[in-house]
Amino acid sequence: MLLSCENVRKTFGSTVVLDNLSLQVDEHEVVALIGASGSGKSTLLRCINLLTEIDDGTIRLDDEDITDPKANPDQVRRRIGMVFQSYNLFPHMSVLRNITLAPDKVHGRGAVEIRQQAMQWLERVGLADKADSYPDRLSGGQQQRVAIVRALVNSPRLLLLDEVTSALDPELVGEVLTMIRGLKDDGMTMVLATHEMGFARQVADRVVFLDGGRVLEAGPPSQVLGDPVEPRTRQFLSRIIEAGRL
Amino acid sequence: MSEQHRPSDLHLGRIAYRRRQTVRSVLLAALSTAVVGGALVIGVTGAPGWDRVKGSFFDLDIARKAFPQVIEGLWLNIRLLVVCTIAALALGLLVAVARTLRGPVFFPLRALATGYTYTFRGLPLIIVLYVFTLGVPGLRLQGMPSVLVLGGATLVIVYGAYLAEVIRAGIESVHPSQLAAARSLGLTYRQTMRHVVLPQAVRRVTPALLNDAVALQKDVGLVSLAGPIDAVRAAQIDSAYYTNFTPYIVAGVLFVLLALPLIGVTDWVTLRAARRQSAGA
Repeated sequence: MLLSCENVRKTFGSTVVLDNLSLQVDEHEVVALIGASGSGKSTLLRCINLLTEIDDGTIRLDDEDITDPKANPDQVRRRIGMVFQSYNLFPHMSVLRNITLAPDKVHGRGAVEIRQQAMQWLERVGLADKADSYPDRLSGGQQQRVAIVRALVNSPRLLLLDEVTSALDPELVGEVLTMIRGLKDDGMTMVLATHEMGFARQVADRVVFLDGGRVLEAGPPSQVLGDPVEPRTRQFLSRIIEAGRL
Repeated sequence: MSEQHRPSDLHLGRIAYRRRQTVRSVLLAALSTAVVGGALVIGVTGAPGWDRVKGSFFDLDIARKAFPQVIEGLWLNIRLLVVCTIAALALGLLVAVARTLRGPVFFPLRALATGYTYTFRGLPLIIVLYVFTLGVPGLRLQGMPSVLVLGGATLVIVYGAYLAEVIRAGIESVHPSQLAAARSLGLTYRQTMRHVVLPQAVRRVTPALLNDAVALQKDVGLVSLAGPIDAVRAAQIDSAYYTNFTPYIVAGVLFVLLALPLIGVTDWVTLRAARRQSAGA
């Protein structure tokens, strides 16, 4: 078990965002979180990365309780990569610097080695010629691929992807999804929140439907997306189909 | 593109029309400037008291005699300006960061920083100057620095409070998602501030910071109230000696000349920031 969330609760004021949520993720497993806006997908990812403090429950990474107040959040985050919906690249740094900042400052690795690795990654995703460009010169799809590389160079145990294609033009979605498919082939453990049901079907080992901060239904993509048990899941999926996104 | 685009007659007509309009506006502007300027010159030089004013404010001979003293005073302004600007920036940066610290451990530091910015943005500079240069030496402590140093410290403390608020506004303008991204990479709060937040914050408020530097340039002269002779004080002394106001004009012209490069840099930086913003959108 690489990641284990047990009875996690999170409230914002009087709104319960995560309600006794439990979720286990094995090593090399890809889990897709689906559900309506406000169902708690993004909040769960932020809680796993300790960007948001939980109100109750336990989250374990490699059997270590990372929600223990004695745990050092900076140490925990070094083992988890996160990619955001709006890329969040650092606008004042070149693409290469965006990628090398954490390996340099956090992991204290040698400059030559970091640079080599960063360039290898950029070549792999076809952005080697953009190494010295600034983020505002890149398309959304290119920025998001850089953001993924930025998370990957730290060799995380777990990669969290928070609706990474939601801000992209439809024709740019493909390049990001192709990249994530490649990561799955590498054996990267991933938890991704997504609205792209087709993609969830292709890439996920397990699809988890969240509703009202709880796991309502979970299972193989063919079952959850193709033949859901819960009426609420059916309702959600039929709305998605109506919107033309499946 | 293989062949060059040839504008249509319609568009050539538009270009010609715009050109005519431009020529017309330039001519009109030139004419109105000449009329206003001419009226001013005639109004001032034709005034009944002009000859007396000219003699007591624009006496070239006295200007030449006063020039060395005024420029010597100006040298003090320049040195004070450079040292105080750097020190006030450093202080402002520290205080701004202290005000953004969260957590109960930092409460005393945060309270101190907040109290400082509230107090010194409210206090008139002259009062602080008197307290520092007249009150503090009165304590007769060992190793008391000179009045000049105390005056410089006054400027640093007062301007540090303004700059701290400008920088803090910059820090708060950096979107929280930038912090989240930096922290998610494992950067500590300190590293996040140093590498992600402050560089963006300072870049955004550079025009405002430079504007404060221009204001400080004029205020450094106030230390002369405590004794040291700056350009304005030197001009005052010369004015009394020659019973003529020309030395003030000399000092004024020198101040404007001194400010020009800084103002130029401010405009350039502002323009560049605006361009970058519109390009980034």
